[in-house]
Amino acid sequence: MIPLSWYLIFAAALFCIGLYGVLARKNAIAILMGIELMLNAVNINLVAFWRYRAPDMIAGQAWAVMVFAVAAAEVAVGLALFISIYRTRKTIAADEINLMKW
Amino acid sequence: MTAVQIIFIVVAAVTLGAAIMVVTTRKLLHAAIWLILTLFGVAIFYVLLNAGFLAVAQVVIYIGAIAILMIFAIMLTRQLAIDIGPQVNRGWPWALLISLLLFGSLIWLFSNWSGVSTELPTLSSRVDPLRELGVSLVSPNAYVIPFELVSVLLLAALIGSIIVAWPRKENED
Repeated sequence: MIPLSWYLIFAAALFCIGLYGVLARKNAIAILMGIELMLNAVNINLVAFWRYRAPDMIAGQAWAVMVFAVAAAEVAVGLALFISIYRTRKTIAADEINLMKW
Repeated sequence: MTAVQIIFIVVAAVTLGAAIMVVTTRKLLHAAIWLILTLFGVAIFYVLLNAGFLAVAQVVIYIGAIAILMIFAIMLTRQLAIDIGPQVNRGWPWALLISLLLFGSLIWLFSNWSGVSTELPTLSSRVDPLRELGVSLVSPNAYVIPFELVSVLLLAALIGSIIVAWPRKENED
């Protein structure tokens, strides 16, 4: 049997790796990848708590499905934005995108 | 140590290693391929947690759609300078410090929480989690409204991304 704490520690590590990617990476697509890692860590926590703490309520899995859909929407809009920015500015480095800065 | 625990440790090590490669590797295309490996590892965890539907959805949505979409975007925005220069911004030691601090405080929280030693309850053989999930997503007493909202969100994202990425004529307006 796998203790619940193993899942929690794994998800915490995955979340922190994703957070580092979001904060440190320069390329905007790499930042999106970090966000994907963080969302996956959250999903593992949701499912692990469903399985260990409340297996007769399906809420954990239902919310994980919602997170899937939100992640897909976020990636679609984000990548469309980056391609549009690349077309006008020829860069997608996050610190060079300053069109809305004044 | 049982076989399941050994599988868990191996999968966790591979997944975390791949995740570290995603955020540190220099070439963006390699990062996308490490991301696919990470997502596969997470799918294996869903199987270990008796969430078969989520494991399949993980492979279909994350690996089949999101990762491939990212590879497309990387190739469309390819630029020589991006792969050569430093891949992290100036504040990366702060980012590392913040993530390590967050990890440490999360571990500290877990060690102080009594619920962390919960025994694994056995799933009763009468209820099928897959069927229960399907019913709860369309039942008015459960999650039909969030489900519909998410569909509207997906439609909005679909239309929005088409409009944002539409090539614009320079002297149209």
